[in-house]
Amino acid sequence: MSSVTLVRYYERQSVRRRVTMAFVYLALAAGGVVIMAPFVWMLSTALKVPGTEFVYPPQLFTRPLHWENFSNGWTALPFTRWFFNTSVITLLSVSGAVFSSSLVAYGFARLEFPGRTALFVILLSTMMLPFHVRLIPMFITFRFLGWIDTYLPLVVPFFFGGVPFFIFLVRQFFLTIPLEMEDAAAIDGAGVFVTFLLIILPLSRPVLGVVGVFAFIRVWNDFLEPLIYLHSMEKMTLSLGLRFFQDQDFTDWTRLMAVSIVVLIPSLVLFFVAQKYYIHGVVTTGIKG
Amino acid sequence: MVAGYLFISPWVIGFLVFVVGSLLASLFLSFTNWNALSRPQFIGLRNYAKLLLDDPLFWKSVKVTALYSLSIPLNLVFGLLIAILLNQKIKGLGIFRTIYYLPSVIVGVAVSLLWVWIFNPRFGVFNLFLAQVFGIAGPAWLADETWVIPALIIMSLWGVGGPMLIYLAALQNVPTSYYEAAIVDGANAWQRFLRITVPMISPVILFNLIMGIIQSFQVFTPAYVMTEGGPNHASLVYVLYLYRHAFQWYRMGYAAAQAWILFVIILAMTLVVLRSSAAWVYYESRK
Repeated sequence: MSSVTLVRYYERQSVRRRVTMAFVYLALAAGGVVIMAPFVWMLSTALKVPGTEFVYPPQLFTRPLHWENFSNGWTALPFTRWFFNTSVITLLSVSGAVFSSSLVAYGFARLEFPGRTALFVILLSTMMLPFHVRLIPMFITFRFLGWIDTYLPLVVPFFFGGVPFFIFLVRQFFLTIPLEMEDAAAIDGAGVFVTFLLIILPLSRPVLGVVGVFAFIRVWNDFLEPLIYLHSMEKMTLSLGLRFFQDQDFTDWTRLMAVSIVVLIPSLVLFFVAQKYYIHGVVTTGIKG
Repeated sequence: MVAGYLFISPWVIGFLVFVVGSLLASLFLSFTNWNALSRPQFIGLRNYAKLLLDDPLFWKSVKVTALYSLSIPLNLVFGLLIAILLNQKIKGLGIFRTIYYLPSVIVGVAVSLLWVWIFNPRFGVFNLFLAQVFGIAGPAWLADETWVIPALIIMSLWGVGGPMLIYLAALQNVPTSYYEAAIVDGANAWQRFLRITVPMISPVILFNLIMGIIQSFQVFTPAYVMTEGGPNHASLVYVLYLYRHAFQWYRMGYAAAQAWILFVIILAMTLVVLRSSAAWVYYESRK
């Protein structure tokens, strides 16, 4: 009876469904154009003769395309230096995030010790803590240690589980690994550290990759912390450096957009490469979090 | 047992130093007058009293942030809308999903600067679009006291892919059989949405709502980079005002008090939302 109702329902719906689907595709395409428009605008500006971005009405792409804006913009300020700095900070932070989140997550996922549940609840609750409440004392601590204008304040917290969300993510993954593998290793006489290093870590590449990509995108694009901790020109990051284009009386939008594109490319490439795992990571946070 | 503590020790150390230590320190500092050089001078509740009773700009910053937080419901609604469209068994789901999510990957200065250019009153693409498609002369956006926060909200909607992605995954988890049972019972599309979809995805609505509150109350980079809080403090968001006290005027105690008030605001809002969630969030495991 019910299946007959369903068949009738779907038959009746087939024409209506086609109309609906046409509308769905139309709406999605229109929305997609709106989402992509700022990127197109960015590229179009980056390829104009400097100065002609102030011609009204604006044209999207005028031939010839001025690719030299990219190299001219890049060399107008010490961007190579800033790129190097940002790379060093990001690489160290990513290593710290992967190191600490895998260790701590294994402790919470697999090892028994008094207070484990309570500590994990505390860890989860710190995920909600506004960062800005800690900003001032952390600045003072780092100044006391003589770390201002070094990369240490930006990097060191990552080695101490600075982003609890990463720990949570890795722990959820560890819980899905069958216990038999560790049991077998234990029977063969392997200790906890050996099991962790030789059995668990190799299996965990996907989730550690997600942590790495998340950490990369976060650190690469970070602004507030470098702004507070880095003061000398030669130590700055790309995020800080970009603003020098704007700080002048006159903004050269063609070169600013060209350099901005270069700054954004590593995050975008990484996202595309790791997309499947990345999306899985975001979804895990929301669904199981 | 020792191994367990060893494994979690990096986090425990970080938690004690960077979380507990800094929370206590900032609480203490909020009761002092301190310029970061001399000894902190204990002044009791005077920072809080001045902020709440005698600092018009503080209240301005609260108002500006509250106005900006209109982006939360907008992001919730648009995120859900797009997710529902994407969940219609369409072809090319992966491509659409990537396009919509892309802006969420890139945040920060480059994006803020891009939007300064987009919102340029005369040469920006936004007003060009308004003029050519609707024949409207757009406002001066970032240079206009009335339109600067709406402009920042529009920019935040570009990142709607974040909540969208989480909705989409939740929608895909709703069993088709529920909808089929409802069809057999004669429920129309709107009834199915209200009675099945919304309850089934209510946990992620709650999640997106709380994340939205936390993020929008801590917004900083766009206001700092795009408008420096202007024009006439119309985009002086909370954290920007805090930043100025702490790192431009070196009034650390005052800024610490600001940070704690922000903490209490966010905590209170989160708790209210969590309390209310008992009435509207449906957990399948607690049937």
